[in-house]
Amino acid sequence: MPNHEQHGLRTDKVMDAAKSRLEEALNVTKQASNVRGLWFWTIGVVLLVVLPLLNALPFPESWWHVSDFMLNRFGKFLAYAILALGIDLIWGYAGILSLGHGVFFGLGAYALGMYLMLSIGTESVYGNTLPDFMVWNQVKQLPFFWMPFYSFGFAAVAAILLPILFATIFGFLAFRSRIRGVYFAVITQALALSAWLVFNRNETNLGGTNGLTDFKKVLGFRLSDPGTQRALYILTVLCLGGAYLLCRWIVNSRSGKVLVAIRDGEQRVLFSGYSPANFKLFVFVVSAALAGLAGALYVPQVGIITPAQIGVLPSLEMVIWVAVGGRGTLIGAVLGAIGVNWARSILTNSFPDLWPFFLGGLFLAVVLLFPEGCVGIYRRISSAWGAFSDKLRKKPLVPAPGSQKAP
Amino acid sequence: MSRMIRLILIAAMSLLPIGQAAGEEQAPATPLSAELQRAVIDLTSDDPSVQEAAVARLVERGDRKLLAQLEELRLTADRNLRLALKTVMDLLRNKLNLENPDPNIRRSAAIDFGPLGKPLAVPWLEAAFARETNRWVRYSLEESINLIKLSNPDPEVRLAAAVRLGDLHSQNALPALKELAQADGDLQVQRVAQAASHASEQIETWATWTGAIDTVFRGLSLSSVLLLMALGLAIIFGLMGVINMAHGELMMLGAYTTFLMQEAFKTYLPVNVFDYYFLLAMPASFVVSGLFGFVLEATVIRFLYGRPLETLLATWGVSLILIQSARVYFGDLTSVAAPTWLSGGVQVMVGVQLPYNRLFIIALATVCVMGIYLLLFRSVMGLKVRAVMQNRDMAGCLGIPTRKVDAYTFAFGSGLAGLAGCALTLIGNVEPGLGQNYIVDSFMVVVTGGVGKLGGSILAALGIGGLNKLLEPSFGAVYGKVLILILVIVFLQWRPSGLFTIKGRHAES
Repeated sequence: MPNHEQHGLRTDKVMDAAKSRLEEALNVTKQASNVRGLWFWTIGVVLLVVLPLLNALPFPESWWHVSDFMLNRFGKFLAYAILALGIDLIWGYAGILSLGHGVFFGLGAYALGMYLMLSIGTESVYGNTLPDFMVWNQVKQLPFFWMPFYSFGFAAVAAILLPILFATIFGFLAFRSRIRGVYFAVITQALALSAWLVFNRNETNLGGTNGLTDFKKVLGFRLSDPGTQRALYILTVLCLGGAYLLCRWIVNSRSGKVLVAIRDGEQRVLFSGYSPANFKLFVFVVSAALAGLAGALYVPQVGIITPAQIGVLPSLEMVIWVAVGGRGTLIGAVLGAIGVNWARSILTNSFPDLWPFFLGGLFLAVVLLFPEGCVGIYRRISSAWGAFSDKLRKKPLVPAPGSQKAP
Repeated sequence: MSRMIRLILIAAMSLLPIGQAAGEEQAPATPLSAELQRAVIDLTSDDPSVQEAAVARLVERGDRKLLAQLEELRLTADRNLRLALKTVMDLLRNKLNLENPDPNIRRSAAIDFGPLGKPLAVPWLEAAFARETNRWVRYSLEESINLIKLSNPDPEVRLAAAVRLGDLHSQNALPALKELAQADGDLQVQRVAQAASHASEQIETWATWTGAIDTVFRGLSLSSVLLLMALGLAIIFGLMGVINMAHGELMMLGAYTTFLMQEAFKTYLPVNVFDYYFLLAMPASFVVSGLFGFVLEATVIRFLYGRPLETLLATWGVSLILIQSARVYFGDLTSVAAPTWLSGGVQVMVGVQLPYNRLFIIALATVCVMGIYLLLFRSVMGLKVRAVMQNRDMAGCLGIPTRKVDAYTFAFGSGLAGLAGCALTLIGNVEPGLGQNYIVDSFMVVVTGGVGKLGGSILAALGIGGLNKLLEPSFGAVYGKVLILILVIVFLQWRPSGLFTIKGRHAES
């Protein structure tokens, strides 16, 4: 049958084209991962070595000197970036929108904050071994759950284990009953509200509205000392690098593929024999642990943690960092966290009334105009530029999928 | 005449060591009769019996004119006389008010007699009791009579009064009865004490019950506001799969519309029509919020169709902008005066008074639910909405303009939020963050109630609103809210898609 033969011929052609496209794509991926590796190391070296060095060198007047304040602020942004990585992992890759990540951040921050509070010792305003707010509230004896936080090791472990524990219970209940999408978002928001309410109470002995503050020392080093802050900054950079590698490993692993599949079609994953609930629970817990780590790094650098930093609005802001940077890309989450917080610290200083407008506008703009975030914009520009330069070089374009019509 | 004035002045000056000049300037317009003057002087006498007699005389002879005169006298009197005069005036005013045509005034006068504790008032109260027809005024009169009798020297009278007060469930008598129950003495006194403690127990049991009724009622009115809000939210969610985070701010918009309507009435219209501003504010807030919702749908939500999480974020952005705009424009706190026809309340039993404003909110919610029911289930528009809700593509194929249905439904749901905001001004202040207080609760209602059936939202709103108020006294507002969240999560384990859902054959459901 001539028709048949013709068909076979065309199939071969299609196969060839597909093969060459695949090879090209693999090449592109390899190149991209090379480029990514290059970026990773460059940024890593700048953050880890160059900035602290510029801060440490004793030329405070010169224009390239990085002030203590600047370095400290950057440390805060990078702590936020760890948190953003966690949110990106669940939202960008697994499609779970959590509006309650402030809670996990807060658990980590409060855990380490409690250690810092206790290590003030008698340097406090009232000269009492009890934290100041307990003296105000007429608490005579340290509550039992504060006791273990005399130990730094316990506090550091608790800062990560508490969010994990909490996320496991909450996630298990939520994913088991297949709460997802907006339902999950709404429930986590209620979680953030509840946590905010509870942390605000005085009788929970967590500092009430004023939170934990006035820290003096960490592990015997004074927090006001630039050297300590520099060390904390470097620790944050290292943690961020570790978190990034962990996330990249998860995303590139087979489980990562399942996560993306869950995002794009949960029912199909379920029908293919996977259990989406377990994968979601896993990634949710990892994300919570990262949030706890971020909180623990945040507290000694910023020097205060209050319920206002863990409530409904902060939790939503965290999501918007990821959206601005570009969700579904790890680098986007980091860039978004740094960029938005930078803008925030500038705007709230000079135009405090305008910040909510800006934030609201950002929500709208990100969702409506550039849903892929900054990384998406960059990609669009670079692919447009690539097409343009290819045209200049008169090289034939890689045929786009679907341009050849198979019968 | 001038002689009289001089006489008064002399009397007044002899009484008033302070401010002679003031006394001269403020001579009473009409003089007191000589007898009453003497009584006034006697008021400061050291002898209690003379004092009592003076008080009795003054009040017996008194009328409104005397009240005005005493008031004037009081302005210049010294401390002793002021105190004495106050008692006289309170007695006199309340005695006069007992004959007032308004039952509310009669009642508050009757209640006032109790704490004054003057035995000489008992005959007047009894006389008033005999001619009184209003049930609650009669109740208060009897309560006050017995309350006064509680301090009677005769133990038998005290005993009878205590027993009667217990039967009346008089909350006002509770402190006095408790004190009496502590009394120790001979056999008779002990019997009185026993009766008093029994009576106070009776009253306390009653108070527990009335407290429970009160809680239920408050829960019901909170639920009504929640219901108004959640119904709009649930309809929109059921239809479009969209959670509108700005829903609370649409409610705030309604509240501010009410506030502006009130201000407009105050500024441009005569005082006597002011009370009717609320009637106009209700449709106005519905229309304003509805229009805003319409615009929101057309400019933002329309472009995010099928991306519910993105819609959630975008509408949150809108809500941030709205809150900040309200804060910049209106400042932090503004309050709306409830119209006079909604102040006060109706007494249904001893210790239970249902405020009109809360009753009104409940009625409004009921009317709205009925209206929504008719609209959804008994009209062509509702048929289309339900068709789109069940199967959008099929409805579209059958020629239903699904986008138009979306737009109108969204506007309608927003209007309901505006109406909820208008109702909320009756029981709270108007502030930019108003919507935030209710939004999480109403999301909980939507999640628990499920979508597609009115019944689910109604039940969930009643449940969550009721629980909120029920848990508040024992757990405090904060832990109550936390407990509700836990309950909702546990509930979702059992029914993941809420109380009621449209049954279908999707894998999704």
